[in-house]
Amino acid sequence: MRRVARLHRFNILIYLIDIVDLPKVYSVFQMMYRIEEKVIAVLLKIAKKVSGHDLIISIPAVWIFLFFICPCLILIQISFSESIISSPPYTSIVDWISGNILQVRLNLWNYMVLLTDEMYRQGLFTSLLIAATSTFCCLLIGFPMAYAIARTSEKYRNILLMLVVLPFWTSFLIRVYAWIMLLSPCGFVNNMLIKFQLIDAPLPLMNNSFAACIGIIYAYLPFMIFPLYSAVEKIDYSLIEAAYDLGSSPATAFFSIVVPLSAPGIYAGSALVFVPAIGEFVIPELLGGAQTLTIGRLVWNEFFGNMSWPTAASLSIMLLVFVVLPIIFAQKRRELRLLSRD
Amino acid sequence: MLFLGYLFLYFPLICIVVYSFNESRLISTWTGFSFKWYKALVSNPIMLRAALTSLKVACLSATVSVILGIMAAIVITRFKRFRGKTLFVGAITAPLVMPEVVTGLSLLMLFVGMEKIFGWPSGSGTTTIIIAHITLTLPYVTMLVQARLQDLDKSIEEAALDLGASPLKVFFVITLPMISPAIILGWLLAFALSLDDVVIASFVAGPGATTLPMIVFSGLRFGISPEINALATILMAVLSVGVLGFIVWTYKKKI
Repeated sequence: MRRVARLHRFNILIYLIDIVDLPKVYSVFQMMYRIEEKVIAVLLKIAKKVSGHDLIISIPAVWIFLFFICPCLILIQISFSESIISSPPYTSIVDWISGNILQVRLNLWNYMVLLTDEMYRQGLFTSLLIAATSTFCCLLIGFPMAYAIARTSEKYRNILLMLVVLPFWTSFLIRVYAWIMLLSPCGFVNNMLIKFQLIDAPLPLMNNSFAACIGIIYAYLPFMIFPLYSAVEKIDYSLIEAAYDLGSSPATAFFSIVVPLSAPGIYAGSALVFVPAIGEFVIPELLGGAQTLTIGRLVWNEFFGNMSWPTAASLSIMLLVFVVLPIIFAQKRRELRLLSRD
Repeated sequence: MLFLGYLFLYFPLICIVVYSFNESRLISTWTGFSFKWYKALVSNPIMLRAALTSLKVACLSATVSVILGIMAAIVITRFKRFRGKTLFVGAITAPLVMPEVVTGLSLLMLFVGMEKIFGWPSGSGTTTIIIAHITLTLPYVTMLVQARLQDLDKSIEEAALDLGASPLKVFFVITLPMISPAIILGWLLAFALSLDDVVIASFVAGPGATTLPMIVFSGLRFGISPEINALATILMAVLSVGVLGFIVWTYKKKI
């Protein structure tokens, strides 16, 4: 088998020549057909050997392979194809040319566009900014709450934690909608401010990245509070008392004892808020207005608006490879390090 | 501080409930208490049909997800190491961190490819949504059941095995009843997540299959509507009764 690779404009063309001899394949199939009974017998033998264990492993494994790993592979494949007007609207990256030459064409144009076009860079920046701001605000709100819950008597702790999750059980859309009601120009907040004559004209509270941040903070706050709580709860309170006895101020005691000891919770909670926030679509779409173009919205618009599947696919791949995966790996490594330290 | 935090969490929801009883269409004025928007909601055939579709999808996907999740959790906690176990665990939990748009997009591309090759699932909207929601909820269910299995005293199962019960019997007579709270919680969570999802459903839904969140979402793009207040209040009531009932049930069991 010979392999030829060359670069043509934005396409990497790989020719795999003489990869298969078609008549040979045909004869193999004929032979297979003849020994069909034998094949079935072998399969039955394997089926008898398969134990209950293998069956229990294979059912979820097959499901995840079919409906999670396969879609990811297809996504990668489409991200290298070209957009055309047909159904489905993309070219195949693998072609047979003149019988026995297999041509693999990897189109890099989709990725080039993402790197050069201002809109996508802006989108990435907006997403990162919104996700970072809301993660930080979640930390600011979540830490005092987690600390206060951990310091109340054991009787009330579970009830207080329950109250944190309860809003999470109501529909996500409804929680976003609540903020539309509060923040819109004729919404609750503006109404109250005008009623008490604090302002004359409604403030532009909605359709900007501020509103998108509030929505994300509200939707993901429980994800921050829970890991923080489980870290803060473990802190031995006598350490803080000892620091006070030795004359440290509350601020010093907080920053040199409480914060380092709750670091695993801070990292875990931040990852749990940041990762979904970065790809978020619904909240920026409903609260952020037209100019808050996040990556999630760009993927949606490329797909539903421009019908450009390859661009949407390559945008998704970029999001996964450069944003989501690094965070996950960093978090996993930190967990492993903690485990090995214990 | 704690009070302010809870105010932040609950005030928006209380607003929705209060204004669902407002007679006026506008938030700015309170014209009187009425059930007008509830009546409008109940007599809206599009909403009702979408609600039925959503319930069907949520029930089916939560049930399948729980069954697959129990299997996966047993593999993770009870089976000895086999080749590819790390990969198995990683692949099961990976959908948790996938952005919704990416999951939706990639699943749709799979379904389009499958339809081209096998002629299935041919545009029949709900099947694709159910499959997508099972994949979405499977990691949550698996993690819940897995945590419960890890806490369980293994010696009870081992004793039953020593006394000659078959592994299948041990599972149904001993393990299953002991992990039932986690299973019910997992089912409820999967149900709520499926009932909640708008992004993935929008990608994979075929023509003619519209779920309730999809209708609410397209309605919200045009702004506030008191009908949605009413719908939200009903949903909140149903879900909180379900969750509170579950809490009371587990609490009583403990005593």
